[in-house]
Amino acid sequence: MKTIKEINEKIKKGEAVVVTAEEVIELVEKKGLKKAAQEVDVVTTGTFGPMCSSGAYFNIGHSRPRIKLGGGVCKFNDVSLYTGLAAVDAYLGATAVPDDDPRNKIFPGEFKYGGGHVIHELVAGKDVRLEASAYGTDCYPRKRLETYINIKDLNEAVLFNIRNCYQNYNVAVNLSDKTIYTYMGMLKPQLGNANYCSAGQLSPLLKDPDYKTIGIGTKIFLGGGVGFVAWQGTQHNPIVKRKDNGVPAAPAGTIAVIGDLKQMKPEWLLGTSMLGYGVTLTVGIGVPIPVLSEEIIKCAAAKDEEIFTQIVDYSEAYPQMVSKPLGEVNYAQLKTGKIIVQGKKVPTGNLSSYSRAREIANELKSWIKKGDFLLTEPVAPLPDAESGYTCKPLKERPIDYKEI
Amino acid sequence: MICKKIVLHFPHRLVDQPIVYKLVKEFDLQFNILKASVTPQEEGLMVLELSGKKENYAKGMEYLQSCGVKVQPLSQDVSRNEEKCTNCGVCVPICPTEALYVDTKSRKILFDAKKCIACELCVKICPPRAMEVRF
Repeated sequence: MKTIKEINEKIKKGEAVVVTAEEVIELVEKKGLKKAAQEVDVVTTGTFGPMCSSGAYFNIGHSRPRIKLGGGVCKFNDVSLYTGLAAVDAYLGATAVPDDDPRNKIFPGEFKYGGGHVIHELVAGKDVRLEASAYGTDCYPRKRLETYINIKDLNEAVLFNIRNCYQNYNVAVNLSDKTIYTYMGMLKPQLGNANYCSAGQLSPLLKDPDYKTIGIGTKIFLGGGVGFVAWQGTQHNPIVKRKDNGVPAAPAGTIAVIGDLKQMKPEWLLGTSMLGYGVTLTVGIGVPIPVLSEEIIKCAAAKDEEIFTQIVDYSEAYPQMVSKPLGEVNYAQLKTGKIIVQGKKVPTGNLSSYSRAREIANELKSWIKKGDFLLTEPVAPLPDAESGYTCKPLKERPIDYKEI
Repeated sequence: MICKKIVLHFPHRLVDQPIVYKLVKEFDLQFNILKASVTPQEEGLMVLELSGKKENYAKGMEYLQSCGVKVQPLSQDVSRNEEKCTNCGVCVPICPTEALYVDTKSRKILFDAKKCIACELCVKICPPRAMEVRF
């Protein structure tokens, strides 16, 4: 049918037909697959949720005299960066917390500030306090550095998230008798609530379940700016059980994404605090899906009713690594605000903002319609269900200390 | 009949006085304690749902003020920072009175301050910490 090159020609002329992943559902219902595939050029998706394996790397520029952060300590607003790199490069992880944060000593810890919040403040253009100490060398003699820095003055500030945008996620519940505090939020005892975390029918990888168009090199909306898919994300697990429509019914694929932090926007990269768990970064991602075939638009038109996920107990099964889902629900059921688990009506809450996901899909749509955003051909595919690529648990092997 | 949710601030000297007892005994008001605490500075704070006849309610309020108790309507106390809220909705199943709920069309999270009982469950569990309390 169409090629990405042809679609890009239409985008340049301002003639491309772009619809969001919500709009395409109605369009396919009304016009049928064949006609819809002919008419529509691009389907835009979106998601805005906490994504823990996020972070950014920086090159802060050389001080006079020079300092070597590598092997030393470097903090932004009291949050430590990873410095095991060259002299003035460092990586700030979203889940890092200041050394003096009480963490979970007073349970549940509040985790008011951390790496995710620092990234947000940098993107917002705020000055951040840098404190560094180093051991000093002949070529890098300086041992201490304290200064304000601003994102605009850094050589590089690059968001590089090694796992984002999960293709589907668990619904978390608590079967125990006490409240638990998880990365899926506070879970009240005895099925007091059920928390989920996906934009469902708007979520990028759910709309391209077999990674037919989303691959390494795909240009995306990332944190309010432009980014790229860098690789499959960590824990990419395409082999999970899938429904007849090909959509995984459990957490499956993931993507690693990269982009220039300097052109991103603070409203799409948000420091986030999970009570009793830690800090993270809420990331806005939108991926365009070029409609190259009927099959592609059919997948992109999957609706909440057709996208299922598993319900998992986070008091026992999840922490103990026992794979024993309590059942399945679809996103339409989750969105009604109540689901039935073990015969009990359980109220639901989403950690991922559907209204903001919709905004992203619309924003990306307007970029493409204006001709500001051309699509890219992936340079390599993501490993699919047939690739044999899996996410394995850790195989622990006891260490024999006598042999060391 | 009148029924209101109010926040009472007791100065140090009143913390050990049976003020609420008098509201019942002398003004025939019904109360439901939603929250009570004494701060390290020994100031008392109590969130009450108070109901009774309109004239009795007014007299009760007069009595509280004459004792030196500061009275505030509750709705001012828990508020949402609209800039911070991402409209995710993780607060919705936690809110005991459905003061936080999803608008089914826009999928935005709405906050009905009138229904809020200031339990503050939403405050700490809000990922962007958009719910704010001021007493």
